[in-house]
Amino acid sequence: MPKRQYSFYPGCSSQKGASASNYLTSVEAMCDELDVELNEIPDWNCCSASIGYCGGGELPRLALSARNIALSEEHNRGQDIVATCAACWLATRETKERLEEDDDLMRETNQALAEAGLVLENTTRIRHMVEVLIEDIGYEEMGRHVKKPLEGMKIAGYVGCQTNRPFGIEGESFENPMYLDKLTETLGAESVKDYDRKVSCCGGALAFSEPEKSQALIKEIIEAAYDGGADMIVTPCPVCQMNVEIYQDEINAKYGTRFDMPVAYYSTLMAVAYGKTPKQAGLDGHVIRAKKLEKIAGKG
Amino acid sequence: MSENNNEMIERYRGNFLREVEDNVEEGEWVKMCMQCGVCSGSCPLGPHWDFGPQTLFMMIRAGKRDEVLAAEGPWMCTSCYNCIVRCPRELPITHIMHGLAHYAVRMGLAPKNQPTRKFSDLFWKNLKADGRVNELRLGISLYFMHGFVDGIKTALKKAPLGLGMVRTKRMNPMEFFGGHKVRDRKGFHRMLEKAEEIESARIEKGPRPGAE
Ligand code: SF4
Ligand code: SF4
Repeated sequence: MPKRQYSFYPGCSSQKGASASNYLTSVEAMCDELDVELNEIPDWNCCSASIGYCGGGELPRLALSARNIALSEEHNRGQDIVATCAACWLATRETKERLEEDDDLMRETNQALAEAGLVLENTTRIRHMVEVLIEDIGYEEMGRHVKKPLEGMKIAGYVGCQTNRPFGIEGESFENPMYLDKLTETLGAESVKDYDRKVSCCGGALAFSEPEKSQALIKEIIEAAYDGGADMIVTPCPVCQMNVEIYQDEINAKYGTRFDMPVAYYSTLMAVAYGKTPKQAGLDGHVIRAKKLEKIAGKG
Repeated sequence: MSENNNEMIERYRGNFLREVEDNVEEGEWVKMCMQCGVCSGSCPLGPHWDFGPQTLFMMIRAGKRDEVLAAEGPWMCTSCYNCIVRCPRELPITHIMHGLAHYAVRMGLAPKNQPTRKFSDLFWKNLKADGRVNELRLGISLYFMHGFVDGIKTALKKAPLGLGMVRTKRMNPMEFFGGHKVRDRKGFHRMLEKAEEIESARIEKGPRPGAE
């Protein structure tokens, strides 16, 4: 069967040496197994990630995502754009929709793009990797590739904000989307039922600028996972992953908790279940080691 | 900036709702708000705000220009989109918050030492320079955003965290010196300049004809 082709927008946090570089590693391993080919958008730029608004007005921010879509339409013609980062997906899809609805903004955006020698047609679908997995591949097919079921693991599916709102995944509710649960079960693990911080906010970019307020939110996300008996948390978002994983020491120091909860991407779980090496699964990128997963990955 | 501000005060003569409709991203939606309070009640950092979205929208209609543009509220939005999916009138609240924050900066009235304002400003400058964000440089500027001595203290406090990220290759110290860049930086910069020019002209000259 020929590989499924997508135009890929990796985003800044996935770059080599950046905070979600291990996400990209595991996505590559997962896609290799599922015969998915990701064709990187040549010379893509930052989407401004819901935070550039101090200096960046509406039109300059729209132009950023428009440039990526235009590059994709020029170089990866006819392919859907796929993003792995929730903020990248959201910014790009919002741009597409805003420009569809507003002819004046569309005209002005193309005026700006012309300065870079680009033209936006705006006919490209913008999708999150999770949509590709669920809609184009399906749970059954994903399950067929499992070589090392994640038996004995209990996992809390933390969906967070931006993969869930405002667009979300088709057929799922905003309050209790089930896809991460279904996915972990497909891989042979148990999911935490009624994980009550499943869709609550980790503070997003404000984890940097309002650390104390954000860490109070993060604490509840981790606590609820422990309450549900979880061995680890899984998430589809690089901001969620980073915020929930790396501040645990600071939270412990401040609140006297003893958190030591690994936080992985869905793609990490999939890569391990598909029999990839710990390195291919990006397990060496964890600040809090996912020991149970390492053990499964290390089995011959 | 304040020249800009005086001009706007002159142009709108107390009709702040109209000013917001013409100049703030998605501002034309504000009048649709029915003051139900769902947005403010859904907001994760809500308890820390001076004014939540519901109150800000009421204040806009009441013409409280200075209070709205100097408020902390628009800078406390985590972009969680809770409000958007719950608002019975389907207001694009998140974007109005970002739009108000940006407009407050444009008018020179935004709170000066607001940490999210500083972060947002650094983020934009960082991405604008090279087309991509360099997390290490962003992080280091962030430590120093409150001044030099504070910066050293914060950097020391965060050192174990940074080391963990370096050890796992998720923060590459070499990035500070080179890092990732867009290749066509010339075109990229020209595009952003053009977008800024069009947007500023729109605000300076008043609303587009037909945008009533
Ligand atoms: S939820 Fe919507 S209608 Fe209700 S107060 Fe907020 S903006 Fe207004
Ligand atoms: S998107 Fe912003 S304003 Fe809306 S609930 Fe979330 S933090 Fe509050």
